[in-house]
Amino acid sequence: MQKQQDLEVRNLAAELGEEDSLRDKALRLCRENKLAVFSLLVILLIALAAIFAPAVAPYDPNKQDLLNRMQGMSLAHPFGTDQLGRDVLSRMIYGARISLLIGLAPTGISMLLGTALGLMSGYLGKTVDFIIMRLADITMAFPSLLLAMVVMYTLGSGIINIFLALTLVSWAGTARVVRAQTMSLREKEYVEAARSMGVGSFTTMIRHILPNCMPSLIVLFTLNIPGSILSESSLSFLGIGAQPPDTSWGLMVSEGKDYLFTNPVIAIAPGVAILVLALAFNFLGDGVRDVLDPYTKQTIP
Amino acid sequence: MAKKIIYRILISIPVLVGVVLVIFLMLQVVPGNPVAIMMGEHIKQDVIDRMTEMYGLDQPVLVQFGRYFLNMLHGDFGVSYKLNRSVTSLIMDAFPYTVKLAVAAAVVAWLIGIPAGILSAVKKNSLVDRMFMGVSLLGVSMPVFWAALLFQYVFAYYLGWFPVSGVDGGIRSYILPAIVLGWSSAGTIARLTRSNLLEALEEDYIRTAWSKGLSQFGVIVGHAFKNALLPVVTMMAIQVASLLSGAVITETVFAIPGIGRLAVSAISNRDMPLLQGTVIFTTALIILGNLIADVLYSVIDPRIRTD
Repeated sequence: MQKQQDLEVRNLAAELGEEDSLRDKALRLCRENKLAVFSLLVILLIALAAIFAPAVAPYDPNKQDLLNRMQGMSLAHPFGTDQLGRDVLSRMIYGARISLLIGLAPTGISMLLGTALGLMSGYLGKTVDFIIMRLADITMAFPSLLLAMVVMYTLGSGIINIFLALTLVSWAGTARVVRAQTMSLREKEYVEAARSMGVGSFTTMIRHILPNCMPSLIVLFTLNIPGSILSESSLSFLGIGAQPPDTSWGLMVSEGKDYLFTNPVIAIAPGVAILVLALAFNFLGDGVRDVLDPYTKQTIP
Repeated sequence: MAKKIIYRILISIPVLVGVVLVIFLMLQVVPGNPVAIMMGEHIKQDVIDRMTEMYGLDQPVLVQFGRYFLNMLHGDFGVSYKLNRSVTSLIMDAFPYTVKLAVAAAVVAWLIGIPAGILSAVKKNSLVDRMFMGVSLLGVSMPVFWAALLFQYVFAYYLGWFPVSGVDGGIRSYILPAIVLGWSSAGTIARLTRSNLLEALEEDYIRTAWSKGLSQFGVIVGHAFKNALLPVVTMMAIQVASLLSGAVITETVFAIPGIGRLAVSAISNRDMPLLQGTVIFTTALIILGNLIADVLYSVIDPRIRTD
């Protein structure tokens, strides 16, 4: 009943053009979607562990202890030790740094790129639109993992190159969404008003159109992160992503797979970490979408 | 109608050319002479020069591209540096394995995805619905290689129900890889089925069906189903294409000698023509899949045709 009333008040407010502020929406998310809040807590926990890895990790992640190789789960080593006697839990805590970094940074960069191109494409139209959209068509025609593999082949392995590969692969989706929104916003009265007062194209795009794209961008950002995390781990698993001595969860699974039948924990535990982090971002993204963007609920991730 | 289909086919051509150009240029900027990389360190310069000339690598990039593209249209992707065999024959040897895997995975995805989606839509917001949607999110969040290893450990090693890897076990060898690969697509299909069915259930003709006194079964199967499942059915073309590319990791883990594994081996062997060929071939298939899906969609659903 309370919910029904809430909804009616909200619909009325929307009709009157008074929408909730971003803060109200955040509060509503906390009130209504416990799963999303829990996911946020999980993400924060993993982030804190990653930031303070040297203090949190029980062992040095690269310290080899050949006398204690391939240990099973124990109190001293909660996830056992790997083929070189390194503590799996400590390596996972350090590995969280790469997974989070790769989840956030390339997603952010590709969204900046995609937003800029989408704004230009939608607002300027004509030739600019044509060129950018054909580029987007080509980029989206590729299966993303294969394109990322080619980029990694060209640039060589390493973390910076994963940034580049994932950015090049994923800008196009954002560009299309922003373009569509820009095209409809361009026709609004307030944009026309701004233009009639002599505001330039650039300022109109940044000051008047971009802020109205923000809700979708926030949703897209949250929902794109798990994709980046999974892509990084896949590339690292195939041996063309992060390279030793760097530790990434995908790389750990890859190293552990040779010992799958003797000591499965080494390969399984980092995989669980990837799953939990990706799932947390997906749940959070779903929650954020419900609050910010109730009309696009039906798009599938 | 025919006009629209022809238009749709025509706009795929520049995309295909663009795809080939992007891959070609990207692999051109790889530092170092590919022949020198391929032959190793202890090779005389004049041998390298001769080989470079033989592969046509001394020509300007655009000439090389033009030649590559023309050959490609004739079904010739060049010669693998490492295996010294025609890339086309390597791809054709690997293709049947990938097709078998992709089709099996698609079947898995459909068998799980559609019933789950229907049940979720019918019991909207119930515990079952929430559970299914949660599980489908689990499917998209799960790293494929990890799921593959987990399945390998539990069902092949621990329980011994299926072969661990390889394709010697006939159809049984494909069951685990198909489930692993089909799993995440099942989630996507379940979500699409659910949202389409929910949308269809809001329509006027459904209200008419209810008011006629039809049972829930009659309404859903007789009326809502047809319109709701159309987009899902046409998604099949897109799905099979994306399964073809998603097979890279599944094939690697389960040692299936398909195209994905060919691409991975091309990377570790620095075999540029093979990588180029496999990526272009797979991408061309996906473009074709999207094309078929679009055409199919406008043929099956007359409402799309209002242009």
